[in-house]
Amino acid sequence: MRPAVLKTEDLTVKFGGLKALNGLDFELCEGQFLGLIGPNGSGKTTFFNALTGIYRPASGNVFLHGKDITGVSPNKVYGYGITRTFQRLRLATSLSVLDNLIIGNQRNLNFGIWRNIFDRKYFKSQLKEQTEIAEDLLRRFSPDLAALLLKPISSLSMIDRRRVEVCRALISEPKILLLDEPSAGMTPDETRALMDELQGWRAQHPTLSTILIEHEMELINKVSDTCVVLNYGEKIAEGKYSDVSNNPSVRAAYLGED
Amino acid sequence: MAANRLVGRPVSGESLIPMSQLKTQLVILIGISLSVIVLYGFLYLEHEWEIGLLLVTLPVAILLLKRANMLIYFQTAARMMPRFTLVSFVLGVLALILLLRHEHFALLMLTTVLLYVTVSLGLTIQFGFAGLVNFAAIAFFGIGAYSMAVLNHNFHAVPDLVIILFSGLISALLGALLILPILRTRGHYAALITIAFGILLRTFLEVNDVFGGPQGLKVDGLEILGWDFANSFPSVLGGGSFYMAYAIAALLLAAAAYLLTRLIEASWFGLNMDSVRLDEVASASFGINAPRWKITAFMVGNFFAGLAGAVYAAMSGFIAPASFNFADSLLLVSIVLLGGIGNAVAVIPAALLIVVLPEKFQVIQEYRLLLFGIVVILILRFRPNGLIPRGLRQYFTGSSA
Ligand SMILES: Nc1ncnc2c1ncn2[C@@H]1O[C@H](COP(=O)(O)OP(=O)(O)OP(=O)(O)O)[C@@H](O)[C@H]1O
Ligand SMILES: [Mg+2]
Repeated sequence: MRPAVLKTEDLTVKFGGLKALNGLDFELCEGQFLGLIGPNGSGKTTFFNALTGIYRPASGNVFLHGKDITGVSPNKVYGYGITRTFQRLRLATSLSVLDNLIIGNQRNLNFGIWRNIFDRKYFKSQLKEQTEIAEDLLRRFSPDLAALLLKPISSLSMIDRRRVEVCRALISEPKILLLDEPSAGMTPDETRALMDELQGWRAQHPTLSTILIEHEMELINKVSDTCVVLNYGEKIAEGKYSDVSNNPSVRAAYLGED
Repeated sequence: MAANRLVGRPVSGESLIPMSQLKTQLVILIGISLSVIVLYGFLYLEHEWEIGLLLVTLPVAILLLKRANMLIYFQTAARMMPRFTLVSFVLGVLALILLLRHEHFALLMLTTVLLYVTVSLGLTIQFGFAGLVNFAAIAFFGIGAYSMAVLNHNFHAVPDLVIILFSGLISALLGALLILPILRTRGHYAALITIAFGILLRTFLEVNDVFGGPQGLKVDGLEILGWDFANSFPSVLGGGSFYMAYAIAALLLAAAAYLLTRLIEASWFGLNMDSVRLDEVASASFGINAPRWKITAFMVGNFFAGLAGAVYAAMSGFIAPASFNFADSLLLVSIVLLGGIGNAVAVIPAALLIVVLPEKFQVIQEYRLLLFGIVVILILRFRPNGLIPRGLRQYFTGSSA
């Protein structure tokens, strides 16, 4: 197995008396595509929020390449090369696709006052560079998307918004990509299309490590190497999809859900 | 390639009509001339029925232009050549000032409108871009005014232009006092903090004898580049109102503030401010440091207010705490809401309406606040994006590659 890029030990997040995440030990290796599944309210999103600095864990640690990054701010997490999407889209809907993508590429922007406000020639070259990067990314991710570059997000369909949100997370060339239930609010066909695109992307970027949250177990089969199953904030199973899906406690968690 | 399209052409969600450069300029000149004529009407006409007629015909005319597919030409042209539009507008208003050079009252009103435009542009950066509510705009305007009064009186050797700049800076720096509480609170609470600041400032000025207490301070007039503003216009050329020079100064100030606002909008600064306003969690997840952009917006906005206040103080010749009422802060916020939140151009007609109409209609004068309250509620209810909603960000324009 390749080295672990991300690791958590005994990670616990509490909301009052509720342990949304309870002593989670977790490992993600370089280039791995890991499916994180579990019924509603099992703590999947909470896990992402704890990793990205939005929630501060009550106890436990997060390690990135062996370095303890527990409780650092979201800004720093982005700086370390971890980006994410959100279960309920968090795009700037009144801005253009281009604006949203450039927001995702903060790391590579120059924020000098002079180079933004007064040296407009320099700024123009920066803008041109960012536009090319954004357009190129859209084209590679999903060919038809590039035509929407200058459209406001509010004019886009659900699936295109999802795509743009994924691209916003990809544009800064992260090491770790966290996808929070990208299928939410989409039809099965749309979800399949998006999964294909993710798979295509993965083939071209073998070192990118991804965690994909999914609610529906079947969807994850196609794209992920391994799965981790959460229930009530605890890991109840992990391993290959075929093993996990036959695991009795997993079945119970899902059946109990129904 | 979109990159080429982006740098070479206007970018917007709307469809634009291709026009030659000459035609574009011509359309702009026509548009500006019409606007200046309307402006003239608002400032010069005195009878209520005249202004009423103007108020009725104007929307009808705009609607007809829109129906005839003519409005899009003006919009396209202004988008294609924003600098040319700005310069034409400034020259147009300058011509108007010359035309009205004996009309004290019209010039005073015009100056007030332009100073309010400047403050509203500050609010546009604060509220429209970064999403910071500020119900203390008039307090920052007041800080600029008092700075001008004190500095100009005590530092005769320092050029007035520098003193105006310093007044703006003092306003921005005193505003920094509010930054911590504003960053730590949200929504209504942040609004309350700014309201409290305005009240505190007024009380502070009233009890403090250094600043003249409730009686206020006298303020020396301006003298910039050898031009004593009191002798406004060379008498060989027929002389002119005392307010003329101040109108010109306010015009240049508003134009500079407008340009700066636009440049901020069309840069990563504006992009990040928008991002912070729209979604702080998402912004943080992409490395955007929200406090940095809020602080920047707050300081720049208060700087604008301070500059405007300084010019106002010099023009008035006298300031007192009572000149800076909470009601005026509300008025300024309603200018931004009425025009279109975040749209820098929109504050111009909005400021014109909100400043001039009460002067022309006795009824409005008496029930001013009530009426503006109703206007704001109606706007928020039926046209939340204002009279002229903000469009997509336009980084560059013109045909230069
Ligand atoms: N900010 C919060 N405050 C209080 N409780 C929270 C908060 N966020 C999550 N929770 C609770 O923590 C538990 C885990 O929620 P989480 O959102 O992580 O679940 P999830 O696995 O992502 O579920 P879903 O599939 O519905 O998205 C739930 O019981 C939820 O109600
Ligand atoms: Mg979730």
